[in-house]
Amino acid sequence: MTLGLIHYLTASAILFTIGMFGIFVNRRNVIIILMSIELILLAVNINLVAFSAFLGNILGQVMAMFVLTVAAAEAAVGLAILVTFFRNRGNINVDDANVMKG
Amino acid sequence: MMAIAFYCMATIMIVAAALVVLMKNPVHSVLFLILTFFSAAGLMVLLGAEFLALLLIVVYVGAVAVLFLFVVMMLDVDFASLRKGFANYLPIGALVGVVVSVELFIALYALASHGAAGAVIDPVQQGPGNIKAIGVVLYTDYAYLFQGAGLVLLVAMIGAIVLTLRHRVHVKRQDIFKQVSRRRKDSVVIVKVKTGEGIEE
Repeated sequence: MTLGLIHYLTASAILFTIGMFGIFVNRRNVIIILMSIELILLAVNINLVAFSAFLGNILGQVMAMFVLTVAAAEAAVGLAILVTFFRNRGNINVDDANVMKG
Repeated sequence: MMAIAFYCMATIMIVAAALVVLMKNPVHSVLFLILTFFSAAGLMVLLGAEFLALLLIVVYVGAVAVLFLFVVMMLDVDFASLRKGFANYLPIGALVGVVVSVELFIALYALASHGAAGAVIDPVQQGPGNIKAIGVVLYTDYAYLFQGAGLVLLVAMIGAIVLTLRHRVHVKRQDIFKQVSRRRKDSVVIVKVKTGEGIEE
């Protein structure tokens, strides 16, 4: 049985689903939510690289690099917001973050 | 051999990702996140994308995971209280997870039966090396996007600094301008003092 595109796509689909599941289950813990977002972006990256390899087109890997950049920036800004929130509130409970009643 | 490596790394990656979500202690979650990234990097090596695999380890494990670990250990939070609603959200989370995975598998099945997967090219053959191939495209056709990615990182860096920087009120600081611009007449006064009497402040 040879490895095909479908194997990599299945692995990344399972990873994506685990990431979404994590966001739903850990609704109060922002740190785990940020980690779940990282998992989702990793699944996207595996998808891009798999298509890039199997279609013989390097552009998928270039796009994966840009996704990586955005993921790093998002983690930095998200954790900075988290630290500021902790300083103002003394906890990181998302349920309390309803000051603006949005 | 490739298949064995793929199944090992994919299994480790998925189990580690599940443990990231399910662990009670966030420090353990971060450590399993690192394991997930390593296994994903292994998958990318199997796909022939060596540069991206190493970049994944450098960026994610070297920067993002360490940042997570730093924040988790810096915040003094009772993480047990944050898991209170875990059982309540489990059914809806499982439902959404099942629906999404079924949709993805249907799409993948369609793709596998008559889609892009039909034209399989050996992923290892990529001409003059992976890094050179990426560089040739990245610095010519996608130069503006590359600059844009740098701009995104710059904005993220400035944003993170602005968000977390704070000036405490009661801390004494050195103000170079104030020190340099200080003159004798601002600070020294000559007072004639009569003998036997003090002076007022």
